[in-house]
Amino acid sequence: MVQQVSEATSKRQGPSLPDLIPSATPRVGMPAPTDEAIEDAAIEVRGLSLWYTRKQALADVSLRIPRHQVTALIGPSGCGKSTLLRCFNRMNDLIPGVRIQGEIDVDGVNVYAPGVDPVEVRRAVGMVFQKPNPFPKSIYENVAYGARINGYRGDMDELVEQSLRQAALWDEVKDDLKKSGLALSGGQQQRLCIARAIAVNPDVVLMDEPCSALDPIATAHIEDLMRELAQRYTIVIVTHNMQQAARVSDRCAYMLAGDDLIGRLVEYGSTEQIFRNPRDPRTEAYITGRFG
Amino acid sequence: MATERTLPGAAMFRTRIALRRLQGTLFVVLAIAVVAASLASLAFLAADVLGRGVGWLDWQFLNSFDSRFAERAGIKAAIYGSVYMMTFTLLLALPLGVMTAVYLEEYAQDGWFRQPVQINMSNLAGVPSIIYGLLGLTVFVRWMGMGRSVLAGACTMALLVLPIIVVATQEALRAVPSGIRDASYALGATRSQTIWHHVLPQAFAGILTGNILAASRAIGETAPLITIGALTFVPFVPEHPLDRFTALPIQIFNWTSKPQTAFHDLAAAGIVVLLAVLLTMNSVAIILRNRAGRAAGGGRR
Repeated sequence: MVQQVSEATSKRQGPSLPDLIPSATPRVGMPAPTDEAIEDAAIEVRGLSLWYTRKQALADVSLRIPRHQVTALIGPSGCGKSTLLRCFNRMNDLIPGVRIQGEIDVDGVNVYAPGVDPVEVRRAVGMVFQKPNPFPKSIYENVAYGARINGYRGDMDELVEQSLRQAALWDEVKDDLKKSGLALSGGQQQRLCIARAIAVNPDVVLMDEPCSALDPIATAHIEDLMRELAQRYTIVIVTHNMQQAARVSDRCAYMLAGDDLIGRLVEYGSTEQIFRNPRDPRTEAYITGRFG
Repeated sequence: MATERTLPGAAMFRTRIALRRLQGTLFVVLAIAVVAASLASLAFLAADVLGRGVGWLDWQFLNSFDSRFAERAGIKAAIYGSVYMMTFTLLLALPLGVMTAVYLEEYAQDGWFRQPVQINMSNLAGVPSIIYGLLGLTVFVRWMGMGRSVLAGACTMALLVLPIIVVATQEALRAVPSGIRDASYALGATRSQTIWHHVLPQAFAGILTGNILAASRAIGETAPLITIGALTFVPFVPEHPLDRFTALPIQIFNWTSKPQTAFHDLAAAGIVVLLAVLLTMNSVAIILRNRAGRAAGGGRR
């Protein structure tokens, strides 16, 4: 496959927008018109709709997320961006009453196909949460846990060190790996959670507003780290912070829930295009801070 | 009164600061009075029991069987009976109760099964203990042929404390932060791995607290044991689960119903022992809960 994707700033002849009227959006199975530019997609979403019991939360979302880039899902509260994110590793399956229609390919495998075990999906698609949530165990055990339950066959000490290094935490904790993960500062805890997530060698790392509980300095740390990690992992981040999306992401997906409270994808494109030249007036209104 | 120095904007309001302050003060006084009243009744009970019983409290009292003569009577059989019964009760009720709670809290879907079970669990916790005694008499003593044994008593007590354990365990499980579960699932852990590796260890102290409280409830219960026919005069230590037995509250009950005042004082001494046991158990429960609260992370900053 030709690797012509790379820099978000490179070519960008306008991807046409999926329309907001559901009937006009691409049908399930058809590649969305936004995707011409993405040759190598790590995640491909086709016609995804989601219901919480009776209430629909997502309607007909289709998009392709490029490999080894940072893609940001942005939009006002309640637009379904976190819900969409949690579809990628099937975390929504844990909520009783959730019903999902459509397909999500991760590396060409439809994770919602019958016979696919969500437990396996979650190993391959890691997640970092809004509030740092280390286990009440030692730093070492936090990182080793995922590898251990998944039957890791290599050298555990090495894996722990490597993961902590990748999460830019090693130098701060190497002398007390036995210390509780809860004894770390908030920003360190979040980096520990990142180390824990990448220790199981995922393909994709999902981040659900990973900095919203952190101070500006810790936030800057994590943002730098995201750029680092994008060289090895595909990163999808949910954020309500416009500046953050502009700083860290290669591509942005703007979502919005209409009067019916059902979340839809309004516009998807390179971060540059979304921020400089939004095609949809609603995207422009949001970007420029007129609402949301 | 304070008209010479009003704060800006006060003219719009009738603030009545003095009255509002007075209401607050009155409430505090009332609260203190209520606390004092309950403490006083406890102190009165303790003083009365200690005053009458403490003279009888010696090694001979703890290490003798019951007797027709107050000077020679002791609570050895009752202590052994209570300890044995407690042990068997917990052996039965703890795994049953904890597993029930885990199922209800972690597995059962809301709906036609879980809701009625949940409601009936709360109802069971409120059923008078003598009803459990009757149930135990019919089922364990008669049908299952256990006789009026330690085991029959323990089975009855296990039924009695089961709802308490289930509800306490459910609360402990619910108190485990959802972030821990999310983190575990997101790493590719299964539901049972998440429960065994994270949820139960986190909830451990809470579960233990619930169990200790349940045990202290069981150790003080009298009615069901009388119903199933625990003995009042037992001149031996039960050595087998099917041996007959007595327990502390039964022994106390027996002594209070005797005409001689010496036995009444003896009962007071028995109450002191029972209270000491209960107090110890509850203290342990509180210590464990505090320690767990700290280990769960909140306080470590």
